[in-house]
Amino acid sequence: MDLEPVIGLEVHAQLLTDSKIFCSCSTHFGANPNHHTCPVCLGMPGILPVLNRKVVEYALKMAVATNCSINRKNYFARKNYFYPDLPKGYQISQYALPLAEHGYLEIETEEGKKKIGITRIHMEEDAGKLVHDESQPVSYVDFNRTGVPLIEIVSEPDIRSAEEAVQYLKALRDILVYLEICDGNMEEGSFRCDANVSLRPRGQKEFGTRTELKNMNSFRHVQRALEYEIKRQMFIIESGSEVVQETRLWDESQGVTYAMRGKEEAHDYRYFPDPDLVAVFVDDAWIEQIKSSLPELPAAKKARFMSEYGLSPYDAGVITAEKALADYFETCANLCGQPKTVANWIMGDLLKLLNEDRRPITECPVKPAYLAEIIQLIGDGTISGKIAKEILSEVYKTGTAPRTIIEKKGLVQISDMEAIARVVEEVISNHPEQVAQYRSGKEKVFGFFVGQVMKETQGKANPKLVNDLLREKLKA
Amino acid sequence: MELYELTIHELQEKLKRREVCAREILDSVFYRIGAVEEKIHAYISLMRETAYMQAEEADRHLSAGEGTEIMGIPIALKDILCTKGFPTTCGSRILENFIPPYDATVVEKLKAAGAVFVGKANMDEFAMGSSTETSYFGITRNPWNLERIPGGSSGGSAAAVAAHECIAALGSDTGGSIRQPAALCGVVGLKPTYGRVSRFGLIAFASSLDQIGPITKDVEDCAILMKYIAGYDPKESTSVPEPVPDYRQFLRRDIKGWKIGVPREYFIEGIDPEVERVVKGAISLLEREGAEVVEISLPHTPYCVATYYIIAPAEASSNLARYDGVKYGFRSPDGKDLLEMYKKTRSQGFGDEVKRRIIIGTYVLSAGYYEAYYKKASQVRALIRRDFDEAFSRVDVILTPTTPTAAFRLGEKRDDPIQMYLSDIFTISANLAGIPGISVPGGFTADGLPVGIQFLANHFQEGKLIQAASALEQLLISDKRRPSE
Repeated sequence: MDLEPVIGLEVHAQLLTDSKIFCSCSTHFGANPNHHTCPVCLGMPGILPVLNRKVVEYALKMAVATNCSINRKNYFARKNYFYPDLPKGYQISQYALPLAEHGYLEIETEEGKKKIGITRIHMEEDAGKLVHDESQPVSYVDFNRTGVPLIEIVSEPDIRSAEEAVQYLKALRDILVYLEICDGNMEEGSFRCDANVSLRPRGQKEFGTRTELKNMNSFRHVQRALEYEIKRQMFIIESGSEVVQETRLWDESQGVTYAMRGKEEAHDYRYFPDPDLVAVFVDDAWIEQIKSSLPELPAAKKARFMSEYGLSPYDAGVITAEKALADYFETCANLCGQPKTVANWIMGDLLKLLNEDRRPITECPVKPAYLAEIIQLIGDGTISGKIAKEILSEVYKTGTAPRTIIEKKGLVQISDMEAIARVVEEVISNHPEQVAQYRSGKEKVFGFFVGQVMKETQGKANPKLVNDLLREKLKA
Repeated sequence: MELYELTIHELQEKLKRREVCAREILDSVFYRIGAVEEKIHAYISLMRETAYMQAEEADRHLSAGEGTEIMGIPIALKDILCTKGFPTTCGSRILENFIPPYDATVVEKLKAAGAVFVGKANMDEFAMGSSTETSYFGITRNPWNLERIPGGSSGGSAAAVAAHECIAALGSDTGGSIRQPAALCGVVGLKPTYGRVSRFGLIAFASSLDQIGPITKDVEDCAILMKYIAGYDPKESTSVPEPVPDYRQFLRRDIKGWKIGVPREYFIEGIDPEVERVVKGAISLLEREGAEVVEISLPHTPYCVATYYIIAPAEASSNLARYDGVKYGFRSPDGKDLLEMYKKTRSQGFGDEVKRRIIIGTYVLSAGYYEAYYKKASQVRALIRRDFDEAFSRVDVILTPTTPTAAFRLGEKRDDPIQMYLSDIFTISANLAGIPGISVPGGFTADGLPVGIQFLANHFQEGKLIQAASALEQLLISDKRRPSE
């Protein structure tokens, strides 16, 4: 049977507002338990929520960036369920009329560009966290995260493979990070993803029975979990059984999905409009203001880097994956006027250094001006490429300007023809045996001579000059 | 006359003239409480210690020549209003030991104006009831007849005012909980326009219906208290930034040429003939003063009670979900796991009426029933609102009985929820429409029980209510009857 996977993703993105969605508590991650709480986010009796307008503004940015239509009048609703990390016994979310609907974004697939529909984007509050004490039959609740603003972004079931799912997620995250409204950190949970997966015979319109996958904390998890789940469902269907509709958790260490334990209750959230909050009105002026405040988005930036700087699609993709990296590139390229060389240096040595230290580009000690300077120094023959690498790692380690390092260590490339000629002659006269070998046709020893010259000059000799001079003198 | 028998404006005069000090007034009120509280049980808790501190503070201000109209006045707070550092139970076991770390906005405002808080008044549990019989802390008796209920849910506040156990009180009104007990206890009670008074710190029953309002000995005191509690509150999203007038300007003004609407649907079968007689008497008195009485129709009136008993429990079922034993209040010690802890905490912590409404509310919001109940009720609510819009395009105020009967006997309707719910039949519509309503004493039944007259006005027209109620009060001033207790 030719089965086709059908995947829809639900993404929760924590918004980077300073304060929570309905109170003035800090949203800062990592504080002591219950440090960032107040009667509002603790849901105490008689306490009422007041909407943080910044949340609407951030959500609107995402809505505009993903081509959604925006509801001019929208409401908050209560999603009712009991859980200790939910202090009011309901989550304030949006239901019937979300902020935004009917959007899309484009991903790159092997067959070219593909549109993935976005069903809706709505605002809601995050819940707290349970902390279990394994040594005692006690659980604690940390309400620091309670009331941190989220947007939920629900995709249409337009995704057909694990790769597409990851492409979509990466595109979504890149946009969020570009907009500076979410840090996109999957490990810390500020960017979370659940997936609905089903299979159907290719060509069939109706969907098959779906499972919901949870607990995927990285793009890799998403990819592996979806691949596993697709295979699992395929096996079930091909063996003549039926897929059970259930929630399944991804177990990264075992590489399997498993049904969530406990009885699978069909939740009835009893949504109804929250009477404590008034309707949120979004007018044209607000939308226009948001539109004009949007930065260049990843896809547009990538296209521009290809046309304006002549980067390959792959290079442009890597460089624009992160806005800070793209900014770094652009500053550097404009300073030295050699964009392709800049791209090579960034994607080669610089990212290697950063990745080794798990350091973000924003904390890179090599300022764009320093990298531009290094590239210029290679270009004008002051230093060799090899020395440039040394200098780069030195700048990375110390944060000092390249020129200072070059001067201090005397690393300026020797381009003085006479000086190099002197060393070349010295090397030739000191190694008559090898000279004889070379002249008898063993051209391989040429490398030996280059090595010797470089050794004598501590690598500072201009390699091109060394080559030329050696060939000339050895011919004689 | 004893100090405790006086009104806010009478005491204010005495304080201004330095004839008495706030401490003496408080002494008098506590003396009265000592004499009658055992019989009435208007309070869940008394705030004696802080009250004396507030009275002394008020006296310091007064002797420095500073003052407000309520400086040094002993006021009772319904125990649904959060008081920082002082237990706030909402009449429920589940909040028996709850001490809020914050004041309700109205409490904060009264404090800032120098009011003195006497205590926390008894109420139906979570304001669910019309007789104050569902309180976990025992019943309150009607000062006019100790075998009768004081009304509810603000029965403690109304009884405290009627029995002179305070000078004035605050209550809350979700379907009549200020106006109905005010009527049955022979005092004045005003439910303001939805959004007029901040609900911050008012423990929620039904958020789209709840309003805080004054319960007072006369209309003038009601006008005074309104000024201090009304106004926009940035902490409350549904409060409205409408300017607050000085409501005293509406006192003792004539109502000549006013159109007073009398809805024909409100003189229904089941209305006590004694009540009808009093109401008709009030109508003719007002007519004699030059008001024009117009019969009007509020055609969706028959659906009010049903609509209310879908919307209010729906909101309540969600509002009361937070009482789960996890964070504050009562937690059953018997739960062996999470689910059992929830179930036992809520089974033992809530009383029957509260449970009944949580069950109804959960039901009407459930998948498959939402459309037929909650959604339909919301649509009917819009029609009820439209009835009033239509009516107020023709009349200044609407006059109705506040309740279909005078105070009923203790226990009489306790086991008959439908009969109990019908005692709010005339008050519920104002909450559904969000409009203000006032109950003012209109006379007595043959048995000597007080009967209330209700005036309703359009949104933010509390001034008109004060003016109409004040006019009627002036016409009835000759009847100086006082409660037996």
